Amino acid sequence: MSPQESAAAPEAPVAEDPIKAQNAKVLALLHRLFGEATFTDVHEPHGLLTVTTTREKIHDIIAGLQQDQEIKFHFLTTMCGINYPENEGQELGMIYHLHSLTQNIRLRIKIFFPIADPVVPTLTDLYNTANWMEREAYDFFGIIFTGHPNLIRILNVEDMDYHPMRREYPVEDGTREDKTDLFFGR
Amino acid sequence: MAVNDTLEGTHKIQEEAAAQRPGQLMPILNDFSQELTTLNLGPTHPATHGIFQNILQMDGERIVSGVPTIGYIHRAFEKLAERKPFYQITTLTDRMNYCSSPINNLGWHMTVEKLLGVTVPKRAQYIRVIMMELARIADHLICNSILGVDTGAFTGFLYVFQEREKIYEIYEEVCGARLTTNMGRVGGMERDLSPVALQKLRDWLKSFPAVMKEFESMFTRNRIFMDRVVNVGPISAEKALSYGFTGPNLRAAGVDYDVRVMNPYSSYEDFEFDIPVGTNGDTYDRFLVRNEEIWQSLRIINQALDNLPDGPYHADAPHYYLPTKPEVYKNMEALIYHFKIVMGEIDAPVGEVYHSVEGGNGELGFYLISDGGRTPYRLHFRRPCFIYYQAYPEMAVGTTLSDAIVILSSMNVIAGELDA
Repeated sequence: MSPQESAAAPEAPVAEDPIKAQNAKVLALLHRLFGEATFTDVHEPHGLLTVTTTREKIHDIIAGLQQDQEIKFHFLTTMCGINYPENEGQELGMIYHLHSLTQNIRLRIKIFFPIADPVVPTLTDLYNTANWMEREAYDFFGIIFTGHPNLIRILNVEDMDYHPMRREYPVEDGTREDKTDLFFGR
Repeated sequence: MAVNDTLEGTHKIQEEAAAQRPGQLMPILNDFSQELTTLNLGPTHPATHGIFQNILQMDGERIVSGVPTIGYIHRAFEKLAERKPFYQITTLTDRMNYCSSPINNLGWHMTVEKLLGVTVPKRAQYIRVIMMELARIADHLICNSILGVDTGAFTGFLYVFQEREKIYEIYEEVCGARLTTNMGRVGGMERDLSPVALQKLRDWLKSFPAVMKEFESMFTRNRIFMDRVVNVGPISAEKALSYGFTGPNLRAAGVDYDVRVMNPYSSYEDFEFDIPVGTNGDTYDRFLVRNEEIWQSLRIINQALDNLPDGPYHADAPHYYLPTKPEVYKNMEALIYHFKIVMGEIDAPVGEVYHSVEGGNGELGFYLISDGGRTPYRLHFRRPCFIYYQAYPEMAVGTTLSDAIVILSSMNVIAGELDA
């Protein structure tokens, strides 16, 4: 091993992780634009900055991020619903993935709200692509998007009377016994 | 008199149907007062290459409005995935975009590897790159040759389908299957590239460029073809971004977004290749971008094959990677791991991960939330087709029916990916 190599090796961990630095920059921007109290549960699973906010603020936040000139979150990558039945009062959620194509920064924003009142503002006025994504979330989780131009089912049949991705509906018929696995408890 | 009867009858049917399903968008029936005709395109129509319906209102030859209906082959993959161990979900992914299933399979494996923190050896990464680029070529060949068929040129389709068949033979050597490949495993590939596979790959790399040149020479500057596709179904870059376009369709509109370059995965940063972009975002640009991407994919495959590193073809991750059969028969640890993996007894770590790959049609994303069990708590697929197909009515309105078919064909909407 040459002296240069041994000298270079300890330096590597000291150099700041570019992803961490980038996420810190986005978080600072979020705090500056919308206030620190707006965001809870800030973490970076696998390098993707994830924040949780409330449904009252989600539309303003995403509109603000879209218009921000520093980091332009012009691209709504995807959004999806989620259901945590054990979280009282916050059973349903929406998860948004935003992407800034100019800076190559991704951001994940989550909101949670009660299943008894699953109403969320629409993003169709900001992104055209939100239209079908919201219809999908409505179809599978029964999340109502206020202001959506055409909130009807998209993948399931129109006369379905429940929202099948909620956890209360098992994949298989619970009354079947031929599939019970006594040894592995499934 | 007869027309009046029909008109009244029509309105009555329309009102009754609307009353039954309040607030829902109804298919528009013939409106004779405005001289509009309703045309039901699909659900099964030979020119739409998949099961999706469009209810079009026509003013003579022109399309006035279109209402797409999708979901005809919806198979609830996201719900099914909540009950399946990770290795069983692979078979769901290759039924999404079945024209380029290896990309879906390997993208899914990479997502799980990211969650588990498994690093795949270089050789496996390079083999994956080769297979994914072959899949991209097969995908683009289908799209572009079918576009030719829809404009009335059947010959090119037959020429390149021969080559697609050879790609499928290479798949067969690598994973044993052709269409729904179930290729690779979490942690690497299930086997190394065999000498036969390498030979087939090398032979194909020699023979394919000539066929591709011939295909291009038949279409690219063909007057009849250009008249059919130039300025048909254009979309601006702003509109395309707002509609969530990715992949060749977005690049044809002039945005150079490619996941392979923006967020390199599986050692794509090692390769030299160009990202072709168009200017108008019309059908012709989409065709040209796909053709050029085929050439760039060939470049990547050649580089990967020339620099294929030695070493293992899978990671040393016994908890997740199935041991070989001879090992299982004579080695106790291997038998235990085999049993635990197959029975789904191995819990994944808690966490959430979003991973995206450049699929045949654009950014194919997997959003996986694990609560520590044997199956995902929630798995969401970002299917590029589903997201950009909603722009279709806007692109088709104002064109003729024959142009609408060509636009649909050039967008490469794959029903399996659309409906998941």
